[in-house]
Amino acid sequence: MDHLIQLILDGLFVGSFYALVALGYSMVYGIIKLLNFAHGDIYMLGAFAGFTVLSVGAGALGGGFLALIVIMALAMVGTGAFGVVLERVAYRPLRNAPRLSVLITAVGASFALEYGIAVTFGPNPQVYPIGVSGGALGIAGARITYAQLAMMAIAVVLMVALDALVRKTRAGRAMRAISLDPKACLLMGVNVDRVISRTFFLGSALAGAAGVMAGAYYGKIDFLMGFVIGLKAFTAAVIGGIGNLRGAVLGAIVLGLLESFGVAFLGSQWRDVFAFGFLILFLTVRPTGLLGERVTERV
Amino acid sequence: MNDDSSAYVRAVEERAPANVALAGKGVGSPKPRRAGLPVALSGLLSSKWLGLVVAVLALALPYLNSSTYIIQIGTDALIFVMLAVGLNIVVGFCGLLDLGYAAFFAIGAYASGVLSTKCGWPMIATLPVVVAASVAGGLIIGGPTLRLRSDYLAIVTLGFGEIIRITANNLDFTGGPNGLYGIPDFGDFGLRSDVAVYWVTAAVVCVAVLFSSRLGRGRIGRAWRFVRDDEDAAEAMGIHTYKVKFAAYIAGAVFGGVAGMLFAAHQTAISPPSFNFLWSALILMAVVLGGMGSTPGVVIGALAISLLPELLRGAQNWRYLIFGLLLIVIMVFRPQGLLPARAGEPKRRRRGGVA
Repeated sequence: MDHLIQLILDGLFVGSFYALVALGYSMVYGIIKLLNFAHGDIYMLGAFAGFTVLSVGAGALGGGFLALIVIMALAMVGTGAFGVVLERVAYRPLRNAPRLSVLITAVGASFALEYGIAVTFGPNPQVYPIGVSGGALGIAGARITYAQLAMMAIAVVLMVALDALVRKTRAGRAMRAISLDPKACLLMGVNVDRVISRTFFLGSALAGAAGVMAGAYYGKIDFLMGFVIGLKAFTAAVIGGIGNLRGAVLGAIVLGLLESFGVAFLGSQWRDVFAFGFLILFLTVRPTGLLGERVTERV
Repeated sequence: MNDDSSAYVRAVEERAPANVALAGKGVGSPKPRRAGLPVALSGLLSSKWLGLVVAVLALALPYLNSSTYIIQIGTDALIFVMLAVGLNIVVGFCGLLDLGYAAFFAIGAYASGVLSTKCGWPMIATLPVVVAASVAGGLIIGGPTLRLRSDYLAIVTLGFGEIIRITANNLDFTGGPNGLYGIPDFGDFGLRSDVAVYWVTAAVVCVAVLFSSRLGRGRIGRAWRFVRDDEDAAEAMGIHTYKVKFAAYIAGAVFGGVAGMLFAAHQTAISPPSFNFLWSALILMAVVLGGMGSTPGVVIGALAISLLPELLRGAQNWRYLIFGLLLIVIMVFRPQGLLPARAGEPKRRRRGGVA
């Protein structure tokens, strides 16, 4: 029983990381039907942005959670801006190109980001100059550290904020409208390009926040850290129903729990195989995901 | 502001015609007459003798220079050509983005490696198993995903590539992280062993290139290009798009598997890191650079991608950075690649002539 609760807590923790990255994937896909392969690398970029801020201003910020939040905010602005630039340079010129070219461009962007960072920071892993440690909390025999709790809280706050933004504000209404019918939106006076830029900003900022959290939690970052998590986030988005934001969060939590239980039964070396196997299974059995609606493709 | 936004509307309105071939882009409209060098070059490239000359050059390489180094990189380059030509069937002819192509390469290499080292089979006898294993891999991945949208296929194949690599890393009979070593070659035919491997590789690759280019020009090739250009129209014209896509995917898988077998014989040792995403991305790069759907273009793209690093040793990460940027630049400015495929059917001379 204790073991079970521990597995669930671990799953929820990992799931909240996945959720932050999966949201960006799902948001961009919902609006312009683009699979942004570079999204996982934006997460990596966030970790390195935080690393840079820390190396420059380590003394001024001190340690602790306050510093972490400041760094996270800075990294979010940085990665968000980068996402906007990426969309402008790589994706916007190809909006009326065949889907294959856009996918290839996204692969190129991902590749360029990874090796751009490898060239800038060196290919070896960097040690994060800020760590989060501290006590742990026992819940019915299971153990969760305060750091984990705090990170989950940050993730939940960010997700709730995003949900409110998309559902309650004017900007969010524009985003939802564009995902339904971009042409009609333009006729109604919505500035489509600006809304798409904003979407990229939000998605990339969330990924950046997840990157900083991962850096602080695991203590080590490297230029390929975004590759697997990008795939996992996509899996989460598919499980939840791609394009659906609440679905992405649900999918991420489901994936986190599945992985946590899978690792307990199969051993940790099979973790990724298990997750990607689930991706294939889900696409076979229910490609629209748990909360996705049936999409009919118009010709 | 409005002008800016209208680009998006244009995009939406042109969604259907925008599905038109990458490779055919700009080829359909009448071209302005070019003179001099470009015409000569273009004539040279479309000449059927070019392929023959390249093949003879490839086969004659050991006579020209038989230093170990040259034979080594020559074999590597030829295996890479085979991979690129195989991926070209999937991406170039049929328009399906496969980001885990290295998985089939790994399946072929491991199938032949395990059978030859653990069971003592001669290398050539593993060929049927290699082909069967690649086809099985293609069936498992292609079966569920080819019915879905093309971008799902891209990411599922990416996941599949990782699954194969991690599985090879975790299992015992594949040698785990150390991989397999002491893989035999095809026999030396009384020659120096690396030259023998080179000749076997060169012969197989020449046949493979010819085979893929003829596949692309035949009935199935026309169906592939039709599906790539407009899947709905193809379906309406009575093409069973699922079967046709499946055929392309399986053909690509077999090419990858056989290339893996050649790789195992050439390297004599294989290990999981040889089959990571980097490989899949480099092969894709070769196809995109050369021109999707154009066999001469892809062969030249593959030779460029595999031989350039030999000239620019050292700056590995810079090279990959440039490759990534180049992918974006090519897609934005020249999506048809450097040596694009010709639209339209090859000229037929007369009945019974070379079609």
